Amino acid sequence: MSLIAITEVKKRFGDVEVLKGINLDVERGEVVAIIGKSGSGKSTLLRCVNGLEMIDDGSIMVAGAQLINDDLHLKALRLKVGMIFQQFNLFPHLSAGRNVMLSQMVVKKTPAGEAEAMARRMLERVGLGHKFDAYPDQLSGGQQQRVAIARALSMQPMALLCDEITSALDPELVNEVLAVVKELAADGMTLMMVTHEMRFAREVCDRVVFMHQGRVHEIGPPEEVFGNPRTPELRQFLGAQLVV
Amino acid sequence: MMTFTLWDILRNLLLAARWTVVLSLVSFIGGGLLGMALLYLRIGKARAGRMFVLGYVELFQGTPLLMQLFLAFFGLGLFGIDVPAWLAAGLALILWTAAFLVEIWRGCVESVARGQWEASASLGMGYVQQMRYVILPQAVRVAVPPTVGFSVQVVKGTALTSIIGFVELSKAGTVVTNATFEPFTVYGLVALIYFALCWPLSKSSQILERKLNVAHRNH
Ligand SMILES: Nc1ncnc2c1ncn2[C@@H]1O[C@H](COP(=O)(O)OP(=O)(O)OP(=O)(O)O)[C@@H](O)[C@H]1O
Ligand SMILES: [Mg+2]
Repeated sequence: MSLIAITEVKKRFGDVEVLKGINLDVERGEVVAIIGKSGSGKSTLLRCVNGLEMIDDGSIMVAGAQLINDDLHLKALRLKVGMIFQQFNLFPHLSAGRNVMLSQMVVKKTPAGEAEAMARRMLERVGLGHKFDAYPDQLSGGQQQRVAIARALSMQPMALLCDEITSALDPELVNEVLAVVKELAADGMTLMMVTHEMRFAREVCDRVVFMHQGRVHEIGPPEEVFGNPRTPELRQFLGAQLVV
Repeated sequence: MMTFTLWDILRNLLLAARWTVVLSLVSFIGGGLLGMALLYLRIGKARAGRMFVLGYVELFQGTPLLMQLFLAFFGLGLFGIDVPAWLAAGLALILWTAAFLVEIWRGCVESVARGQWEASASLGMGYVQQMRYVILPQAVRVAVPPTVGFSVQVVKGTALTSIIGFVELSKAGTVVTNATFEPFTVYGLVALIYFALCWPLSKSSQILERKLNVAHRNH
């Protein structure tokens, strides 16, 4: 069975239907890139998978945890799938290490010593072992985003959702974050990532989803989607991107 | 006719100023505690609680403090409850202070970026955990300068209680004036004492605000 099963998902904001029946299955260890024009519903889809938005129709399952709007089900879902945001969203009043320790301690009730050991391992993994005591505003954007990744990893999720995690970064900082993501992918982490980094999507992803007006318009391995787009919408979208 | 030295006047005013300080402290602390309870309802999930606090705030912010004092003092008297001036004064000021503090604090809670809620939710935290570990620690830092700033309003608000007969600094000013017929000297001193109480508060509010802004390093 797929790790993430998205079935006939519909979502509306007021009168506007933003997701119009999405079907998408993501296998364990798969890396899926989601591309598409602004407003096509990419972020909304990811946010639904994490339960930050509720769906109006259809179903979302992650490793047996279903998206249902009550605290218990949401918590179970969020323990299976973590999320990384464009704006990092580190807790500014806590050091990097504490950022990574907090949710382990309050959500999983991990003892402080264990949580700290895990935090140090995860920070090490994203190349920031030496920044344990630094506060977010003492870190560069790239470093903050890597702490955010460490924070999500410390909860040992089965999948990670990444919503344009390099879009708020200065160009010279993009690569350090992508390198970390690439390593995660190589380690077998399941990833769903909305991205504008076409080159990265091509290199790292197993499948690419092109969303258009609230639907999965095209889907396939990167060679096909980028090399041989079948629909005029995708061709137009790719044409508008920088060199792939 | 008796003559009063400047020291006589000042001594009497300072003795009364103790009651201004006590009433201010009681109002501020009591109002703060009540304000916290109201804040809990105001930002909670229960609609009834939110509406109640909304009405409460409208009521106390939308009417003059003086009327609230009159109602507490004379209104309860109508029901045969004999309210001493100090009790009416304390009660009215506590309720009034809470109405302002809860709104100041609500603004501070809402000033915490939405991303903080989303990030903590995505890590599996529940509402209470989010509040306790992520939102409130940030909101408290934002809240300190305006809260200290508002304490100045509380100190000045105590002056109104003289009207229902509570003997604090302003009331003492009137009494002493009636005895000495030196209104300018007396009220000048009264004003100076108020200033000595309020200025350090408003100054520290400013300093705190600047500190938190410049560093904007929340640790
Ligand atoms: N909370 C909301 N309330 C109302 N409308 C919303 C809300 N969130 C998103 N929308 C609308 O839903 C549509 C899809 O938004 P979404 O953020 O999913 O697009 P996106 O594909 O991620 O775009 P971008 O590339 O700009 O991030 C947009 O038209 C947006 O205005
Ligand atoms: Mg988006």
